[in-house]
Amino acid sequence: MLRTTRLAPWLYLTPLLLVLGFTFGYPLVAVFDFSLRRIRGASGPFIGLENYRQVLKDGVFHEAVAHNAVLLLAVPLMTFIALILAVLLFDRPRGWRTYRSLLYVPFILATPVVGVIFSNMLQLNGVVNEGLRTIGLSPLALDWIGNPRLALWTVMAVVVWREVGFGIVLFLARLMSINEDLLDAARVDGASWWQRLRHVIVPQTKSVIEFFIVVSIITMLAWVFAYVYVITHGGPGTATMVMELYIFNFAFRMSQLPGIASAVAVLLFLVTLAFMVPLFRLRSASEMEEMS
Amino acid sequence: MSREGTGEAEVVSRSAGQGGWLAVPRHAVLLFATFLVLAPLAFAILTSLKTLNNYGLDKLGFPDPVFWGNFPTALRGGRFFLWFLNSAILSFGSVFLSTAVAALGAYAFARMEFPGRGALLAVISSLMIVPPVVMLIPLFILLTRTGLNNTYWGAILVYAGLVTPFSVYMLTNFFKTVPFEIIESAVMDGASSFEILRKILLPLSAPALITMVVVNTLWVWNDLLVALVLLNKDSLRTLMVGITVFGSRYNSDVPVAMAGMLMASVPMVLLYLFGQRYFIRGMVAGAVKG
Repeated sequence: MLRTTRLAPWLYLTPLLLVLGFTFGYPLVAVFDFSLRRIRGASGPFIGLENYRQVLKDGVFHEAVAHNAVLLLAVPLMTFIALILAVLLFDRPRGWRTYRSLLYVPFILATPVVGVIFSNMLQLNGVVNEGLRTIGLSPLALDWIGNPRLALWTVMAVVVWREVGFGIVLFLARLMSINEDLLDAARVDGASWWQRLRHVIVPQTKSVIEFFIVVSIITMLAWVFAYVYVITHGGPGTATMVMELYIFNFAFRMSQLPGIASAVAVLLFLVTLAFMVPLFRLRSASEMEEMS
Repeated sequence: MSREGTGEAEVVSRSAGQGGWLAVPRHAVLLFATFLVLAPLAFAILTSLKTLNNYGLDKLGFPDPVFWGNFPTALRGGRFFLWFLNSAILSFGSVFLSTAVAALGAYAFARMEFPGRGALLAVISSLMIVPPVVMLIPLFILLTRTGLNNTYWGAILVYAGLVTPFSVYMLTNFFKTVPFEIIESAVMDGASSFEILRKILLPLSAPALITMVVVNTLWVWNDLLVALVLLNKDSLRTLMVGITVFGSRYNSDVPVAMAGMLMASVPMVLLYLFGQRYFIRGMVAGAVKG
């Protein structure tokens, strides 16, 4: 540690604290306040928990929450796919670097780009259905985006398509730092590929896997706005309404009711807060693994 | 493989399925995954080279003949250069501001003693996962009141703030790894604390800085929600907002829509091709390397 005056650290911290105070500090306090008021313009009368009561009564909000919950089903799927692919790449088969670069490409593309491409491909007469009809599977040529019972699953598939690459790169990086002796020992002891996966690789990568799971849960609950906004706009009807879009619509689109939107924002904040603690425990755990 | 050469390694390699029974299913799975990843991109590229008529008749096949006209049409239909410029100004401005304030702050966290240091760092790091939508309503009202709504400055400030927790986290960890002897000898030579940051810590942290800049630029460049709310004016549209509008406008002219998407992806794909190392390191940085 440097020897400094008592004041010096705070001088270095001041610009940082000003910027964070502006983007996080004030808004996080204000959003609580707004959620307790009937906002017109910049403020309004205090109405207690009325906004929350309204929100919890609203059927569309229930749908939004249910949809975010359904999206969580993608988390185990994504984790499984990413882990399998990372393990297959880890044995360094021929061309593994090329595979890795290609499998990571979706994550480089912007979500709106991905959304526009997929929404064109998945139209009723789009290329996906055309392909299915060509190979004689016309009963499977469904209205992926226009059918309210399918739209949410379509959005989920697109999210998985784009986010799996992150998992692969993450897991592969961790696998490569596993002590090779452990794997060699398992091989010499005659462990099969599956046994090595179950008893050596997964335990050794455990905290990174858990980290990815927690990050993906947060993504599904609070970072899917761009997918939904571009692919379905929350529709058809409210079939793909999610919490973020609900906030966006209430605050900035049709209804202009920032008080209601703030109440949902507070609820969403509390949900992410609940995941913060495990996230940071896992991060430090994976750093420990890294050191050992 | 690196273990080749010893007798034991021979046995190990063979039983590992390297080129053995596992090679076929392994490559089958990897090729299938690669196909799923590349198919939408192939669709976008092939479609962008078809006429609308050609696309209507044959959505799956190769363009015949190859038609380049969708690209000029897309450029006329959307203000791509303006959108690029706006996104570039916002990304550059906010990443620069964030790096500056984060470097100063991380220096204090990593190298100075003050009360509340650990708790403050933990709070700042945890801001990383707070979704921007939570802050957006107060930010919108605050910017409107201060006249910063629909200005570059307002958006730069907000973006800078949103990426700063990650910057602080990453730089603090990196600054901690610089050996104390180097700093000590600079102190002996009479360097001030700011000179130590500028002449020793920052140059030594170049790899971490590049990674951080890449991750943050990607974040700001790819954001849709914040831009949609805080830059609600045609002349201030970012690339992401622009292509979203463009995509729905050309909903029925798929080849032009695809040409637009491809043009919009050029900057990041080029950056990826040249800086793949930093991209990959950057994505992993938050999690594995710390």
